[in-house]
Amino acid sequence: MKKIISGNEAIALGFRDFGGVFASGYPGTPSTETLEEVARLGDVYCEWAPNEKVALESAIGGSIAGGRSLSTMKHVGVNVAADALLTLTYTGVNAGLILMVSDDPGMHSSQNEQDSRNYAKFAKVPMLDPADSQEAYEMVRAGFEISEQFDTPLMLRTSTRISHAKGLVIPQEKIAPQIGEWVKDVPKYVMLPNFGKIKHVEVEERLLKLQEYAETTPLNRIEMRDSDLGIITSGVSYQHVREAYPNASVLKLGMSHPLPENKIRDFAGSVKRLVVVEEMDAIFEEQIRAMGIKVDIGKNKLPLCGEINADILRVALDGTKAETASPVEGLPQRPPVFCPSCAHRGLFTILSKLKTFVSGDIGCYTLGALPPMNAMHSVIDMGASISAAHGMAKVNAIAGRDEKPVAVIGDSTFFHSGMTGLMSMAYNGGNALVIIMDNRTTGMTGGQENPGTGETLQGVPARQVEMVPLVKALGIDNVAELNTYDLKETEAAIKKGLEAPGPYVLIDKNPCILRYKIRKPAMSVEDEKCTGCRACLKVACMALGLTASGEKQKVRVDPNVCNGCGVCKQMCKFDAMHEIEGDNNANL
Amino acid sequence: MQIFNIVIAGVGGQGVLMASKVLAEGALASGMDVKQNEVHGMAQRGGSVISFVRIGDQVNSPVVMPGSADLLISFEPLEALRYIHFLKPEGRLVYNKISINPSTVAAGLAIYPQDVEEQIAAACTEAHGIDALSIARQAGNGKAVNMVMVGTVMKYLPLKEEIITEVVKQISKGKGVDVNMRALAGGAAA
Repeated sequence: MKKIISGNEAIALGFRDFGGVFASGYPGTPSTETLEEVARLGDVYCEWAPNEKVALESAIGGSIAGGRSLSTMKHVGVNVAADALLTLTYTGVNAGLILMVSDDPGMHSSQNEQDSRNYAKFAKVPMLDPADSQEAYEMVRAGFEISEQFDTPLMLRTSTRISHAKGLVIPQEKIAPQIGEWVKDVPKYVMLPNFGKIKHVEVEERLLKLQEYAETTPLNRIEMRDSDLGIITSGVSYQHVREAYPNASVLKLGMSHPLPENKIRDFAGSVKRLVVVEEMDAIFEEQIRAMGIKVDIGKNKLPLCGEINADILRVALDGTKAETASPVEGLPQRPPVFCPSCAHRGLFTILSKLKTFVSGDIGCYTLGALPPMNAMHSVIDMGASISAAHGMAKVNAIAGRDEKPVAVIGDSTFFHSGMTGLMSMAYNGGNALVIIMDNRTTGMTGGQENPGTGETLQGVPARQVEMVPLVKALGIDNVAELNTYDLKETEAAIKKGLEAPGPYVLIDKNPCILRYKIRKPAMSVEDEKCTGCRACLKVACMALGLTASGEKQKVRVDPNVCNGCGVCKQMCKFDAMHEIEGDNNANL
Repeated sequence: MQIFNIVIAGVGGQGVLMASKVLAEGALASGMDVKQNEVHGMAQRGGSVISFVRIGDQVNSPVVMPGSADLLISFEPLEALRYIHFLKPEGRLVYNKISINPSTVAAGLAIYPQDVEEQIAAACTEAHGIDALSIARQAGNGKAVNMVMVGTVMKYLPLKEEIITEVVKQISKGKGVDVNMRALAGGAAA
């Protein structure tokens, strides 16, 4: 039966329908829903790993043991898993192995805009590039087949507009999982130099065979229409091309690595004007130019940054754009923000007040960098809060600066790659205050399970990692608990941590209010007592606002939004804020 | 048929994605091609959210371009104004009149414009504002704002109202069915 599902859901369904046995990934927008959907479908084993390297390595094990395996992650996750990937390409696979990676052109929810097609070239592995949900579904089957036929891992690449866009999918007949033998094969799976040298030659030969395959596979198809304009494209860009130029001839590359040189040459020869449309890097264009083929329009007119759409194509190809109204200017921005009653709010209210340098990390708490908090001063990658703070403290000591950095990190990020940084800090005699916001979920991606939540992805009860003994085991003696809903206590604890010499760890255990659906009675403001001093507004809560007009604007709490954490109340020196008795009736 | 472009805007947590799902499933049940797409990620509550639903015989791009939407459904007045340029000149806007402060306003860094409704009326001749929150509360749950909005726009969609109603029934859980049915009806009457 026809369904309307996202690209991520389609890949999950394909994994279930085409003999998938084992899946492991780490949450990351826009890839996250894939494994969540595998879990929801319920027929096949899947799990969250604490990071992408562990996820890919586990999938490698699954493949070696004979089960078709899948590993899912966002683009930057491949950086973490790259150590495994770059040698996995040498060993090859036993059962089919797909690494699904989701790129985020336009950086809707990412710290960079890297193009994962570079990894397919780098690792010399085939890559498939679906253009809609139906293709995403079918490419799981093709991916497993290619992986097994050529003894190679395969990358299945999506972008945000494929992962999150819903389209129609007609499911196909299921293939029952068949688990192969678990074979010992030292020269294949043990990458000592002598075996690796042999394997590298095989990898180069394999790439040539894949190139031949690319010439004939229906994954790469030529759609001849008007021969005046020929466009080479892949993925969601294909859809924008069809939208903007329905009459153009198109070479649609379903396999984005390696490229079919002869097919490209034939296509280029059959059209008057050749255009290459690809989001982000000029991966196709550079290779096509290197073939000696003239590209009329590519990155000379199309952007390297951000997404492509039909309007951008029209401007690049014809210099024309339909006249439309412009966006209304001067509207207040509505950036993402801590949820009403989030435990992070109290922490950043105090960090902002103390004006200390905060080395940040990847998670909801990154929003502490935005105004009016402005209380996060570096964010690089998962786990960097702690290791970067360590380096800062060392250089501060050399420079004779008497300042101790603060690192802020969440539980899932700490498990991902914060632990190693903390161990290094303890080992190397570092000097930073590390605050672990242990809200027992992977919050920013929508509340996934992790080794601290007590449950697995498939809802099986699990041993909960306890933060305090873990931190102590890594070599930290000074560990204390924190309650960020109490501002005075929080300020005192942070000051103590900053004054004490050496590594110091504070752990806040307040759970994510969204994940655990915590509701508290809303607050209200007594008009007679409110002086309009705006001290409470420093907590940056969207439930607060000022009265529309009047001589002295006073603060209002929106009962449709407030979730009653009382952090704003603690900022009030005039006792103007009170809880409303009764149930919370907020609608947000 | 020509592609019918819908943009749904609101604030994270208001149920924009569920409303999008209803429209997309309704198109599927009507035998049409459909693509639905939104951008989500980052924090869960309070950010600006925009979702596209495109319905037609054949739909390629999942993205609606500015100036091409037949219908803009906004769950919040300021968000209606933010995305009003997505409408065709003859496009229609249905919006919820209950405002939610952006964090920038809540922090005292920006001012919520007092003349949002006037600006909307000036920019779009086919604009219709409703108090979706009161209707949702009358239906039994303030969180049913999204179903109220769906109820109000039903008559403007290239989909049969019975099909939309059936989709909402199917995706509602337990007691939610009655609330959502009342919300749809309340929205339709608004």
